Amino acid sequence: MSKPKVAFYWCASCGGCEETVVDLAEDILAVVEKVDIVLWPVALDFKYKDIEAMADQSIFATLLNGAIRSSEQESMARLLRRKSRHLIAYGSCACTGGIPGLANQFPREQILKFNYEDAPTVVNEHKTRPQLVFEEDGRHPHLPELHQVVRSLDQVVEVDYYIPGCPPTPKLTQAAVAALLDGRLPPKGSVLAPDIALCEECPRRDSKPVNVAFTAFKRTHQQLLDPQLCLLAQGVVCMGPATRQGCGAQCLSGNMPCTGCFGGTDRVKDQGAKILSSLCANLEAKEAKEIDAVLEGIPDPVGTFYRYGLAKSLLRRKVDLPGNNGK
Amino acid sequence: MENKTPSTSGNGSWTPRIVAFFCNWCTYTAADLAGVSRMKYASNTRTIRLMCSGRVDPQFILEAYAKGADGVLIGGCHPNDCHYAEGNYKMLRRFELLQRMLRDLGIAEARFRLEWISAAEGEKVKSVINDMVQKLTVLGPLDLPGRFADWDQELAHAAGSAPVETEVAHV
Amino acid sequence: MYTPKKHEPVRIGFYICHCGTNIAAMVDVQAVAKYVATLPNVVVSRDYKYMCSDPGQEMIVQDIIENRLNRIVVAACSPLLHEHTFREATRRGGLNPFFFQMVNVREHDSWVHTNRQEATRKAMALARAAIQRVPLHKPLEVKKVSINPNVLVVGGGIAGIHAALVLANAGKQVYLVERDPTIGGHMAKFDKTFPTLDCAMCVLSPKMAAAGSHPNITLWSYSEVVKVDGYVGNFKVTVRRKPRYVLEDLCTGCQECVEACIYKEPKFRDEFNLGLGKRKPIFLPFPQAIPSVALIDPETCIELKTGKCKKTCVEACGDRKAIDFKQKEELREITVGTIIVATGFQIFDAKRTPYYGYGIYPNVYNALEVERLVNASGPTGGEIVLRNGQVPKKVAIIHCVGSRDENTNRWCSRVCCLYSLKLAHLIREHTEAEIYNFYIDIRTPGKGMEEFYCRIAEEGINLIRGRVADVYPDPSDGATGRLIVQAEDTMLDCIMKVPVDMVVLSVGLEPHPDSEKIRRLFNMSCSSEGWFLERHPKLAPVSTFTDGIFLAGCCQGPKDIPDSVAQAGAAAAEAFSLIDKGNIEQEPNTAYVVEVECSGCKSCIPLCPYSAISLLPDKKKAYINEALCKGCGTCVAACPSGSIVQNLFEDAEIFNEIEGLLAPTSV
Repeated sequence: MSKPKVAFYWCASCGGCEETVVDLAEDILAVVEKVDIVLWPVALDFKYKDIEAMADQSIFATLLNGAIRSSEQESMARLLRRKSRHLIAYGSCACTGGIPGLANQFPREQILKFNYEDAPTVVNEHKTRPQLVFEEDGRHPHLPELHQVVRSLDQVVEVDYYIPGCPPTPKLTQAAVAALLDGRLPPKGSVLAPDIALCEECPRRDSKPVNVAFTAFKRTHQQLLDPQLCLLAQGVVCMGPATRQGCGAQCLSGNMPCTGCFGGTDRVKDQGAKILSSLCANLEAKEAKEIDAVLEGIPDPVGTFYRYGLAKSLLRRKVDLPGNNGK
Repeated sequence: MENKTPSTSGNGSWTPRIVAFFCNWCTYTAADLAGVSRMKYASNTRTIRLMCSGRVDPQFILEAYAKGADGVLIGGCHPNDCHYAEGNYKMLRRFELLQRMLRDLGIAEARFRLEWISAAEGEKVKSVINDMVQKLTVLGPLDLPGRFADWDQELAHAAGSAPVETEVAHV
Repeated sequence: MYTPKKHEPVRIGFYICHCGTNIAAMVDVQAVAKYVATLPNVVVSRDYKYMCSDPGQEMIVQDIIENRLNRIVVAACSPLLHEHTFREATRRGGLNPFFFQMVNVREHDSWVHTNRQEATRKAMALARAAIQRVPLHKPLEVKKVSINPNVLVVGGGIAGIHAALVLANAGKQVYLVERDPTIGGHMAKFDKTFPTLDCAMCVLSPKMAAAGSHPNITLWSYSEVVKVDGYVGNFKVTVRRKPRYVLEDLCTGCQECVEACIYKEPKFRDEFNLGLGKRKPIFLPFPQAIPSVALIDPETCIELKTGKCKKTCVEACGDRKAIDFKQKEELREITVGTIIVATGFQIFDAKRTPYYGYGIYPNVYNALEVERLVNASGPTGGEIVLRNGQVPKKVAIIHCVGSRDENTNRWCSRVCCLYSLKLAHLIREHTEAEIYNFYIDIRTPGKGMEEFYCRIAEEGINLIRGRVADVYPDPSDGATGRLIVQAEDTMLDCIMKVPVDMVVLSVGLEPHPDSEKIRRLFNMSCSSEGWFLERHPKLAPVSTFTDGIFLAGCCQGPKDIPDSVAQAGAAAAEAFSLIDKGNIEQEPNTAYVVEVECSGCKSCIPLCPYSAISLLPDKKKAYINEALCKGCGTCVAACPSGSIVQNLFEDAEIFNEIEGLLAPTSV
């Protein structure tokens, strides 16, 4: 019997998710043995037409990482959806939009202008911008169009499973792949990580006092962090209580707060709103002025609470940014 | 019809829709009092009754906007008078940060309002609602469902063809 | 009772009431019923003239049975009015009453809007919200908690005594716990009480005696509450009984031990007389003390300090053998269903206003000290005699010391103007001195109080409207201790400097210094000033936010004796009402933690004002005590992983409601 076909593809991403696959180290051999990798742009060359030529649903599982923010990424997502039996959103970007999702705070024009004109190291006298189609020597190369809006994978196509994390851990990836190969799959649409918040597996949980009573918020560069004590008890925003576990609290072991990359639990519609609710409820101050003074310690709530999840949040994007104007 | 902003006024022109979260003991009772006193005010609010303003989850507020509300109004007991001692303080703290965050996300301040209305203040229910409706009428519709639909226009509706590509000879 | 199975299809019955013309005049009820009929899961959709009437309710009952309905929605008046009515109708139809949702289209719609189309559109949106919410409702049961009939009264002043007597007379077992060695509180120190000028002890003493001898009252004096566990109906209270070194059961109060004490003369500060008199190490706090039992002060008794006394007291006690130097403190545990807190007040310490000279000049007294001077059983036998033995000829009484003052206490202490006038009268009666009362306003509210004021004013005391700025020794006077009281007479618009022999400071009332500790024991809130907080100033002035715990007397705020007694009676009545019913019903809108989902992050635990949430030590997860939970939902909103659910107000129910409110309507 032929080995199941597996594909890895990357969209708007940093390459970190590919690293995780590599980080499986020796275990990668076990994976490679059991499957037939038909697509892996970071490691193997391919052409679009090769994928088009595959039969629909002939790829057993595609692990797609990266957010969807260009026309090419959208097309590939749709193509791979057609060609795959199981399409898995791999990593925070595919699951919830990830760090690229923070671009949803800015108009596309501002982003393009900064990158092609205003950035300190850019030299672009003629203010050249990438063109969708251009002509040169009788040839017509095409370039993808940058979307106005960054999206998670499931905002474009139907997704079968989610493996969260920035990046997902090797352990989680292995477990998911093993489950896939063995046919031990939970219901469609499930997130393949425990549905309980990080605090439960965090080694600092016992050091957290019952009453945190925030009188100030500090950021990680503003003080030396005690490596044993719960970070919330030190006045640092830690997304742990609102974030799914499964990563082994690695950031905490590195003496940094959780920033929420695994996303919220199944019961929560908007992870950022929930951590805001929890932190604010536990403030000590009762007068608006005092409250505001304490909250100044969180200068960028969008960036802090929706670091990985803005694209999938209830509002998705800064609402007054340009759209397509009914085009 | 799907893309038109839902209207509330009789003649089909747009007026704001406000989702109001009122706490049972103070504001909801005050709204009842306004009714019993036959006060007249704008018809733009739709009320959800909760036991305490402390129950208002920020997710509810965001969901209200996402589903089409032009404004969200929260009514609770005055500080020190909360029926459950301190629920309203939790709401106040959430409000302060949410207000700033919503502004960062492009939602004008007038669209999100927290008012302390005690059970005897029927008149305040009327004046707050009238004032909010007036301000939102000037601001215009938020219509997030419409905006989402507009943003999603940029998605191709081709069901999965490969990106356009023509072979280019390498130089 | 019929409970639909989980996956049974939802079948909703919708009813919109005309309420005569109250609703129908502004809302097109037929259009609403027609619209709702088109919504998913709706099987029956009717409009009817008067839903709350018998035939209206009967219609619901019949429809449930005939149409196998499993959800009911009624659009009518406010749920605050008829939610209970329709829940009952639902129950009579055989359904769990919480499968019902009410829509307010009268108080919030037809009565407050003027455009028929807008009002109708709004009613449709509100109805739709309910139609989308109600399928998620779960079957719930009203909770009943049983009530232990015993009562604990904390504090043996006039309020505590009265509450204890009322309940004891009704046949309930009352534990009356008092910190001091005798009951009576502040009232026992007063001489005469306003406005009738009857003698405080004459009024109080019979009540004290009754409380001390009542078969249903267990009086634990010289005792303190140290721990309170449990919840309404079932409080487990630990009381510490301090050692008197005299056995209460054996002592007859004859005081021969005091007579025989090795100290021939009293030498030590007498607390009851506020240091104006002296006592021996073994003493009775005052002659009418209840219990009438001596006690020994371990700080001053030679035997207790050195073990080397002749113990003449034991000898005098003889066969009764009531003295026991080996007595130890005892911890006693009791179970009660309700608690009445009547811990009273303390007077403002006038040392905090040093410009009035208290504690600096010997002729400056506070009002309570003067009560003891004026009292016939006080340290001077009722003679008003200064510390140097002189009788004052001119006395200044300064109102509002430690009240109505931004620098000390902002509130008005309610009783001081009245007792200041009373003291003016009593001092004048005893000494014929010239009296000057310096006041900001004269406040004498209450029955007979205005008449009292007029009577005293007519007696010829000098009432000067002006705050006293300073009290200082009369420079022309040498060492007689004469003082100058300097104030602006705001009516005559001049500065007065009045030389007086005695200054009386009308000190205000304050919460006890350890009121924070006390209120945490009983899980009570306090106001910003520190008085214990009533549940509602008008509708629930004697209950607290904690079910089963009531307030009486000045611990809730300054008040006079008539009001303290009235409040004590009210508290006793409310406690009795709970006991008599036997159980307390609670709306099932409590929250619960889904244990498998909880991460133990502890974010919720400090948020509950009722301390209903605790951390399970072994599982390290949060747990909500259903009996304590009052259903505010604050913890539910705060749980960052969505692991707490509130019955009747679940997240999913509210999300559905929001969606329904905003869905496009047909009009």
